[in-house]
Amino acid sequence: MKKIILSFIAALGLVAGAAHAAGGATIAWDKAPNKTNDLPALQNGAKLFVNYCLGCHSAAFMRYNRLQDIGLTEQQIKDNLLLTTDKIGDTMKATIDPKQAKEWFGANPPDLTVIARSRAGAGGSGADYLYTFLRSFYRDDAKATGWNNVLFPNVGMPHALWELQGERRATFDETTHAFKGYEQITPGKMSAQEYDAAIADLVGYLQWMGEPAQNTRVRIGIWVLAFLFVTTFLAWRLNAAFWKDVK
Amino acid sequence: MAEFKEISPNASAGAKLTNWFENRFPTMFDAYRVHMSEYYAPKNFNFWYIFGSLALLVLVIQIVTGIFLVMHYKPDAAKAFESVEYIMRDVPWGWLIRYMHSTGASAFFIVVYLHMFRGLLYGSYRKPRELVWIFGCAIFLALMGEAFMGYLLPWGQMSYWGAQVIVNLFSAIPFIGPDLALLIRGDYVVSDATLNRFFSFHVIAVPLVLLGLVVAHLLALHDVGSNNPDGIEIKKGPKGNRWSATAPADGIPFHPYYSVHDIFGVCVFLIVFTAVIFFAPEAGGYFLEYNNFIPADPLVTPAHIAPVWYFTPFYSMLRAITTEMVYVLVACVVLGAAFGVFKAKLPGVFKGLIAVAAAVTVALMLAIDAKFWGVVVMGGAVIILFFLPWLDCSPARSIRYRPTWHKYVYAVFVVNFVILAYLGVQPPSPVGERVSQLGTLIYFGFFLLMPWWSAKGEPKPVPDRVTYQAH
Repeated sequence: MKKIILSFIAALGLVAGAAHAAGGATIAWDKAPNKTNDLPALQNGAKLFVNYCLGCHSAAFMRYNRLQDIGLTEQQIKDNLLLTTDKIGDTMKATIDPKQAKEWFGANPPDLTVIARSRAGAGGSGADYLYTFLRSFYRDDAKATGWNNVLFPNVGMPHALWELQGERRATFDETTHAFKGYEQITPGKMSAQEYDAAIADLVGYLQWMGEPAQNTRVRIGIWVLAFLFVTTFLAWRLNAAFWKDVK
Repeated sequence: MAEFKEISPNASAGAKLTNWFENRFPTMFDAYRVHMSEYYAPKNFNFWYIFGSLALLVLVIQIVTGIFLVMHYKPDAAKAFESVEYIMRDVPWGWLIRYMHSTGASAFFIVVYLHMFRGLLYGSYRKPRELVWIFGCAIFLALMGEAFMGYLLPWGQMSYWGAQVIVNLFSAIPFIGPDLALLIRGDYVVSDATLNRFFSFHVIAVPLVLLGLVVAHLLALHDVGSNNPDGIEIKKGPKGNRWSATAPADGIPFHPYYSVHDIFGVCVFLIVFTAVIFFAPEAGGYFLEYNNFIPADPLVTPAHIAPVWYFTPFYSMLRAITTEMVYVLVACVVLGAAFGVFKAKLPGVFKGLIAVAAAVTVALMLAIDAKFWGVVVMGGAVIILFFLPWLDCSPARSIRYRPTWHKYVYAVFVVNFVILAYLGVQPPSPVGERVSQLGTLIYFGFFLLMPWWSAKGEPKPVPDRVTYQAH
């Protein structure tokens, strides 16, 4: 009997190993710093999002006035983040015409409202994926956009933040084609550390936008659990009081 | 009709009010007595007996949260995904209602699987509780339909492609298959029409059936009385307890004794349930799949389509049936028939029938595509549960008094079920396929060979009275 169980466990291990090998991961995902409780970082992320992402990507389920949850006032949102034609209660729409986008990039840029939730997987959280993806672009003249990505080879998206990061080249092992590292070609407006911090803020914002209620949820959850622990104690004593005479 | 009872004008207001209702609606008072205060359940229930009440609780949670979700959800292919995000963002407390409903779906299957396993452990399906078990299996089947159709409604990629894959299975049925699949979808692919009919089934048709079955399950249970961990009949034991001279001595009124038990159990359950809702509503991608946060796109097939975790054991068995596996099944049918013809003590007519039936089955198995037999196996894996009361031939009902090695058989069954569930989540692989084929044989072997193995071995002495230690 033990043998049967053991061979089952062994088989299971084999299956898990095979599944892992078949994944064909390009590079491991970096761990994104958790910024969902850091209001200045989220505000900076929102600014980056509106300036660099919203041109092509929409966030069609996210209303501008929800940004009040990350500490911005209605006036600040109107002055800094809103296009003149939009109203504060509107959702975040891309400025690009979807038809044109399809022509330029070969596909419609995906909506980003819940992108951080959809990209989670075996490699880590959705935030980890985005944090790695946005830091993995390199120059590739073979591509129509002039850009390629180590995490997502042949991606349709060009490097929208290249001004900040500067241009980089990627080096690959000649025989195994495994990724080896980057070489900076031209400097960006930011140092490598500053760029990573900016991406962390942007990804933090994307993560927050995926579920704006997430911090409220955790805060309330603690009280709900505290209440339930007290109730459970009372229920336990109530039960004991009724059953103490049952022989 | 019950006799009209006059009450003294000096009685208290409460007594007068009770009397007023009792004269006009005695059924309600009878029902309370029959099902609560004078329903004598065995007093030795253990941990395993909480899951029935919990299933009822989750059913209520699903109905109530479902009512609120329907107020904001739009069953329209162009708006469904958006309306779910609207609930998550713009509807006050919408996120909580939605997470309760999505977590509730998984919780429902967890408690129902544990509830069914309890039945298996203590032989709760044995005579005279066959109908209780059959109603329960029907509930399980309805629940699977309910969950499957509900999963389409968020209209994400997994919703869409999961439904596409499962509905396409029906087209493997010979002759009527393609038309049947068309009837289910209402279109040639999963589309707005499919979403609308699934919505209708999910919010009206199946819940009505479920509620009816739950009532039947409970009424049938209360007619025959509950089984218990010792698997002995308290009604056959001595009579008379503190509450009634005619009730079984080992019985105890459901209310208040088991209602306080259940309140405690419900609290513990809610701790786990709310911990998931508030701290991990996606449950690592198992309760809410990551891919389902991408809106349904009929033109983009995801690389890996996996059903939600509670369907995966059955999905594994479906995938296990390849053309090769059909030959293995043919061999099983031939062996079974040979045993029936040469070994069993049956009249010659039956033996002839067995031989003919086996020959026809084998011919069909070789003639029809393996995909169809996969569907048959998947369906059969659920249907076979209905026959458990007649498959189990052990002299002892409860696992406590069965031969010790029966426990190992159960353990293999459980481990096998978990492995099948795991494999159903994974992308197909050659090793996984072999393991799931073996797992399928073990699953069916457990049930089909049960009349043989369950009767084997020396049962332990069964006590006359339930074993109970005072708390």
